[in-house]
Amino acid sequence: MELFVGEGNPHCLKVLAALEVTGVQCGVQFINHEEKVVPFLSRPALPALLLPSRQHLFSPNTICRYMFELNGPESSNQCNQWLEWEATVLQPVLFRALHMAVLQGKGSEVAKVLQGPLNVLDQSLGKGSTTYLTGEALSVADVVLWGALHPVLSDSSLALSAHQSVKAWFDRVAAVRGCQSAAQKVLQGKGLEAMRSYMQKQPAPQSSQGRDAQPCNSSPAESEEGDRVVSEEEMEAAVLTWGKDLNACSQATEKQHPIMPQEGKRNVLITSALPYVNNVPHLGNIIGCVLSADVFSRYGRLRGWNTLFVCGTDEYGTATENKAREEGLTPKQICDKYHAVHSSIYKWFQIDFDFFGRTTTEKQTEIAQDIFWRLQKNGFLVEDTVEQLRCESCQRFLADRFVEGTCPHCSYPEARGDQCDKCGRLINAVELREPQCKVCRQTPVIRSSKHLFLDLPKLESQLEQWLEKSTSSGDWTANAKQITRSWLRDGLKPRCITRDLLWGTPVPHPDFKEKVFYVWFDAPIGYLSITANYTNQWEKWWKNPHQVELYNFMAKDNVPFHSVVFPCSLLGAQDNYTLVNHLVATEYLNYEDTKFSKSRGIGVFGDMAKDTGIPSDVWRFYLLYVRPEGQDSAFSWADMALKNNSELLNNLGNFINRAGMFVTKFFEGCVPVMELQQEDKKLLAVVGWELQQYIQLMDKVKIRDALKHILNISRHGNQYIQVNEPWKKIKGGESERRRAGTVTGVSVNIACLLSVMLLPYMPAVSQTIREQLNAPQSCVNAMLQGAGTFACALRAGHRIGAVSPLFQKLEADQIEALKKRFGGQQPEDEPSNKKVQIGASTQPAAVPAPAAVAQVQAAVGSDPEKAKQLAKAVAEQGDKVRALKSQKAEKAVIAGEVAKLLDLKKQLALAEGKNPEPAPQKGKKK
Amino acid sequence: MALRELASLEKYLGLKKPNKYSTQGDKKVPVLQNNNAPPLVGLVTIACHLAKEAKRPELLGDGAEGRAVVQQWLEYRVTKLDGHAKEDTRSILKDLNLYLQDKVYLAGNQFTLADVLMYYGIHAIVLDLAVQEKEQYVNVARWFDHIQHHPGVRHHLPPVVVLRNRLYTSRHH
Repeated sequence: MELFVGEGNPHCLKVLAALEVTGVQCGVQFINHEEKVVPFLSRPALPALLLPSRQHLFSPNTICRYMFELNGPESSNQCNQWLEWEATVLQPVLFRALHMAVLQGKGSEVAKVLQGPLNVLDQSLGKGSTTYLTGEALSVADVVLWGALHPVLSDSSLALSAHQSVKAWFDRVAAVRGCQSAAQKVLQGKGLEAMRSYMQKQPAPQSSQGRDAQPCNSSPAESEEGDRVVSEEEMEAAVLTWGKDLNACSQATEKQHPIMPQEGKRNVLITSALPYVNNVPHLGNIIGCVLSADVFSRYGRLRGWNTLFVCGTDEYGTATENKAREEGLTPKQICDKYHAVHSSIYKWFQIDFDFFGRTTTEKQTEIAQDIFWRLQKNGFLVEDTVEQLRCESCQRFLADRFVEGTCPHCSYPEARGDQCDKCGRLINAVELREPQCKVCRQTPVIRSSKHLFLDLPKLESQLEQWLEKSTSSGDWTANAKQITRSWLRDGLKPRCITRDLLWGTPVPHPDFKEKVFYVWFDAPIGYLSITANYTNQWEKWWKNPHQVELYNFMAKDNVPFHSVVFPCSLLGAQDNYTLVNHLVATEYLNYEDTKFSKSRGIGVFGDMAKDTGIPSDVWRFYLLYVRPEGQDSAFSWADMALKNNSELLNNLGNFINRAGMFVTKFFEGCVPVMELQQEDKKLLAVVGWELQQYIQLMDKVKIRDALKHILNISRHGNQYIQVNEPWKKIKGGESERRRAGTVTGVSVNIACLLSVMLLPYMPAVSQTIREQLNAPQSCVNAMLQGAGTFACALRAGHRIGAVSPLFQKLEADQIEALKKRFGGQQPEDEPSNKKVQIGASTQPAAVPAPAAVAQVQAAVGSDPEKAKQLAKAVAEQGDKVRALKSQKAEKAVIAGEVAKLLDLKKQLALAEGKNPEPAPQKGKKK
Repeated sequence: MALRELASLEKYLGLKKPNKYSTQGDKKVPVLQNNNAPPLVGLVTIACHLAKEAKRPELLGDGAEGRAVVQQWLEYRVTKLDGHAKEDTRSILKDLNLYLQDKVYLAGNQFTLADVLMYYGIHAIVLDLAVQEKEQYVNVARWFDHIQHHPGVRHHLPPVVVLRNRLYTSRHH
């Protein structure tokens, strides 16, 4: 038998202690953390125990238990319970605590993090009068827990002294022969410091919820939470909150321009990546930056944060100059024209910028030149000579896009000076074969030209220090951290910040008179200059890192420019700039499993969305529902129709409408008196819990995951109405009528809460709901404060307004037509007309994965197993509808159930491989 | 979820009178309420207790080594499988696939509690796999199909079509 352990690995401490305490005969090998021992695990796992049967054990508690059971009795239930608690409850918390103490230097916060589990342990030890956890004899539970807690409890600097019983027990176990020597072997007397290298190799701990990892567009059972058991305490707390007076806790959130940081408030500055001016944004651009940032800033205001949201068009660069030439306009005219296009698109999507500016302003020149001079003065700029193509007939150096030629890698004849559209590789313009000036078609010559470079290697250590702090204390998405890490791993090189162009911010240095700043240096400064155009006191936002928290929203191709390059400019300028605290990057949104392409007419672009007749709010809802959070996702017309009809119409809209209709029809438009029974209290607790989840997720910018909890609430609400049948009870005796009143009153208050939670996602619908319910402004201001307040905002006697349906069905033929209209021709293998955004991607264009395509085809085909299930569901739903009709149930209820039935039938047709809408295409068989 | 699992397990074990359960905390850890003894907390702890109650010790493995292997996979279920990050799904499947290459059940040739709880825990993942992926993780698919057809195990979960006859895939109609 052989035990493999690693130095500084806290799990190895337990197993070594178990080995010493039990005296089991076993060889011990200290190996490197990266070494692979267990043949079938793809990641190294220590400790590992090779059994005489040549099998491996690789979970620490199992190894410890095995050692104890070799010479002793089987471990007791109580013992098992402690082991399971240690592995599932204590370890995740402990890991977070160690991460803070060892890597982040936040040892002072460890006590707070560990308080919960230590309380549990302390109470349990205090209650019993036994020497050890499970009795008078030392058990495996004692050794495992002692080993787990040893690193934190033996470190005096962490000040974990409040738990007397834990302390006494800990010292008793420590005195057992073998325990101390095991600790010595693993930690080498170096305490927490010994674990540094081990901890660095572990993935950073997730904030409390690992479970919310499921994407909501692929999880089939979204009402999974339905069987959550609610405790008495939760119900009591919910009832207490329900009774709160919202007016008392509400704060005015009316915004007044200019918004300025305020002492004592959470000041949140939000930016969305600046869209490049000369192309119309597509849905992917919209969800990636402006829409996500908009949802978060609206949410921030509901939370009572002092929030400023700025964005604008990025206007300088070769692409604009070229476009101007194509359209026969000046670059300025092109920018004016397209800036207006962008503005109107975002307006239609209800993007509520506090200011939407542009980068071609005097402030931009002023601020960019100031940063430039500071970098120069501080010695972070270096000069170098670059070989460049020059067109003798045009008398100028040809920047990237002013030259075309044959790609040196793939021989594509129309490669651009900076990148080949065919193979996606980056090109140095002088490498192009047969280069041509794009303007006059003459062959350019190679000349050398002097340029300025930002000395990134010199700033690297400063940058790393800052990154360490920012990524560990802020909410950076996993892709943002990973992309940044890979940039640093490859080592930073000096980056050229000047270009031979006209349309740009002029370089103020006399030796570089003819040149302008390269867009990647210039464009992010746009955030500052745009703010400066909003208020003269812009420095209160941008040179105020102590009061301001900065959130950057973008798609993942923009990450390096926001996490590495721009911070280096600001760090080097040494003027106390506000640097990004939270970097939120999305993955890519595809269009029906292909890429958006303007040139091929594929996909929906911002200006076309309004021509579809589908309301802006529904667009927002669906884009947020499929937000590429954590992985790429796809926009699909069929799915959009399905989500509109199932989630918005049948779930959310149906619930809110029923709640309002009951008040109108049965109670003359006045909210009835509510007498809460057990069932109602339980619902309040469940809804309160969903609200808390929503807030926790939104605080972490998990926008898509949070949306799921809104829909859960209306699902709970629909069930509640369905079970209680107020439309029947209202016709019954006095007590039944009172019951109908309570159910109606609770429901309409849930509708009111939903309107507030929906506000960031669907601002117009949210407003409509509150108008229909005549809800007081105080609910908007108060319900999302703190941990969330589900209070009775519409008290008995409150008069609601006129209620009408919120959503419309999307019909299959309508969707089919839209799909055709925006589908483009068949995708050919031609290069797409790729556009540059600020700091455009330097990655080669993604190659579509064949596996993904195959997968989609498989999913589209029929599925007999699913068909069988659906056939059963159709039959059941049919019975239900017939039963409701025979009972003369309420009309809206029947309509809702009929809609569900039709929907199921459609799904069944699809699963059987039939066209659900067969009529018009019947003769078209192959 | 855990409560439904335990209810299914009780049925599988043929326990006559169902036990009383509640849950604890945000993660809804199951608690077995016991009239004459303190309550038991934790999925694995309760599941092992039930197996003993039902006088089915063979489900917990034979001998110290056998028991350790069963415990290994039970611990894996609650520490690695439950609450795993989405990006780890592939590596979990890959590891299991390799492990199951030369085994019928998780503990070798004997059906144990480890198979039952791992099956319950991995069901959602397998449900989401495309046909091609199921073929990629063929040993997991085989084991999974085997367990879901093991008499009395499946109960609260829908059956998953795991392997299709290559001649009659869904696309030929």
